[in-house]
Amino acid sequence: MSDTPLLRASRLFKRFGGVMAVNDVSFAVQEGQILALIGPNGAGKTTTFNLISGTHGPDQGEVIFRDRRISGSRPSQIAQQGLARTFQNLQIFGEMTVLENVMAGCHLQGTAGFLAAALRLPKAGAEEKRMRGQAMSYLEQTGLAERAHDPAGSLPFGQQRLVEIARGLAVQPQLLLLDEPAAGLNRTETEELDRLILRIRDQGISVLLVEHDMNLVMAIADHVVVLHYGSKIAEGSPAQVQANPDVIAAYLGDDWAAPPRREAADA
Amino acid sequence: MKRLLIARLGSPNLIAFLIMALGLAAAPVFIDNNYIITVLTIIALFTMLTIGLSLLMGYAGQISLGQATFFGIGAYSMAIFSTRLGLSPWLSLLAGMILAGGVAYLLGMLIFRLHGHYLAMATLGMNIILYLILTQQVDWTGGPSGFRGVPDLSIGGMTLSTDTHYYYLIWFFALITIALSLNIVNSRVGRAMRALHSSEIAAETLGIDTGRFKLQVFALSAAYSALAGGLYASFLGFISPSSFTINASIKIVLMAVVGGLSSIWGATFGAAAILVIEQWLRTAIKSLVPGASGEQEIIAFGLILMLIMIFMPEGLVTGAGKALRARIARRKPERAQPAGG
Repeated sequence: MSDTPLLRASRLFKRFGGVMAVNDVSFAVQEGQILALIGPNGAGKTTTFNLISGTHGPDQGEVIFRDRRISGSRPSQIAQQGLARTFQNLQIFGEMTVLENVMAGCHLQGTAGFLAAALRLPKAGAEEKRMRGQAMSYLEQTGLAERAHDPAGSLPFGQQRLVEIARGLAVQPQLLLLDEPAAGLNRTETEELDRLILRIRDQGISVLLVEHDMNLVMAIADHVVVLHYGSKIAEGSPAQVQANPDVIAAYLGDDWAAPPRREAADA
Repeated sequence: MKRLLIARLGSPNLIAFLIMALGLAAAPVFIDNNYIITVLTIIALFTMLTIGLSLLMGYAGQISLGQATFFGIGAYSMAIFSTRLGLSPWLSLLAGMILAGGVAYLLGMLIFRLHGHYLAMATLGMNIILYLILTQQVDWTGGPSGFRGVPDLSIGGMTLSTDTHYYYLIWFFALITIALSLNIVNSRVGRAMRALHSSEIAAETLGIDTGRFKLQVFALSAAYSALAGGLYASFLGFISPSSFTINASIKIVLMAVVGGLSSIWGATFGAAAILVIEQWLRTAIKSLVPGASGEQEIIAFGLILMLIMIFMPEGLVTGAGKALRARIARRKPERAQPAGG
């Protein structure tokens, strides 16, 4: 048990029309790890994410999570196994309050169905109270407690990202997938996000993140997997990846390792 | 914070509910007019139908243009089970609800593979199929000329025979429907429904089995509709297929939209508003346009629907509140944003 990774993606393939979006990608997330999936735009990061969370099924290959095959299962079944995710293009429930969003995330922590809800059975009432308490604790963790009763859609962008993270935490996952959590955040917000992700990891929740923000990745990731045109071109510690010539050529060359190229004056 | 805590406990809903229940209980004492009592009773029936659709469409986001199908199944179950199969009227009512819920669940497994317009078309088709069955299976349904002699319900040996009896009975069930539905929307399943409406994919990733929820809400809305149908059959004693056509389904949509799709109180208000307007139009149009028939009524409803969709797409109850707030807010800064963008 100790040796087996929490999640293993084996030889994933996904084709969209003529484009090989994910081409033979394999990697593993160890328990307690923050693994970052990086790569230039169109490298297949989000598609890989979707294959893991069940939003799409892979054409080939499989995903094993906690010794069970999850590829091919519905997203809701995958969530039940203890895997939650956020979305790059925010998918918050805008009309619901922040608290209700996170309480919806607590869905699996409850059992009350239509009958129990309609009749307000004591069991459902107790469950509701427990869920509200849990949801509030996730809001406190993410610094959203003061906005609990505001419609989620009315929050600024950065806070909406946090709503998604809080909602993901409410699923009580063993692995949390964060899809570009720093996109659109300013520097302060990104630093706060850094600390939040580390705190999440310290609670024993492994994190798999897709990220553009190199500073964030290099600061917090334990392990980095680099994709380029749908294929994995490197993996290792942040330092190893930074030193890898393929990675530098494919991706980091432009804005990380080498000094910025001198361009003739832009029009 | 405090205000919202109270809302969670359901207090404003509870107060509104009690006022409404008391008002309705007292109404027949002051209204000595069978016509008005009958209109109020019909409002109760359509309240149940509209709440069913509101849960399905407004909360769970699934379109149905065929709610009259289940209204019809309930009505004909009441008629057929109680007369041909010898079930008691109460059991027939229950059987109709179970049958409608079951039919919805099974049909839902097929049609919820569809989305948007296709789903709407499928539900329309479902309604047309029911109409064909009702008109063609003459031996069971009495065909186009209708079914006579639906028995009255009775409570503790007392047969309900007057309009006032049915007024109380049907409003009793309508209030139960309102109460149960208010509880549902403010619960774990209610949040799951709204979540799947807002983003089906996000709801799924939270472990919400969206497919199952759609089927359950559809079955619930069908059971509400069948309850209304069974009560309607018993109340009138006579039913015919023309009451369960697409027109009836559209009227239910109209009521839900007028009230505000995602509001249980809105559904009640919408049902009342449309029925009152309908009664008024019947007399008003005739005096304005001599020789007018049903068509003008349909045109008038079409117009109402268009105006509401343009000016208050969230319905009168929700829309009026928002418009009021927007007006107050707009007082301060002038509109600065250019058109377009």
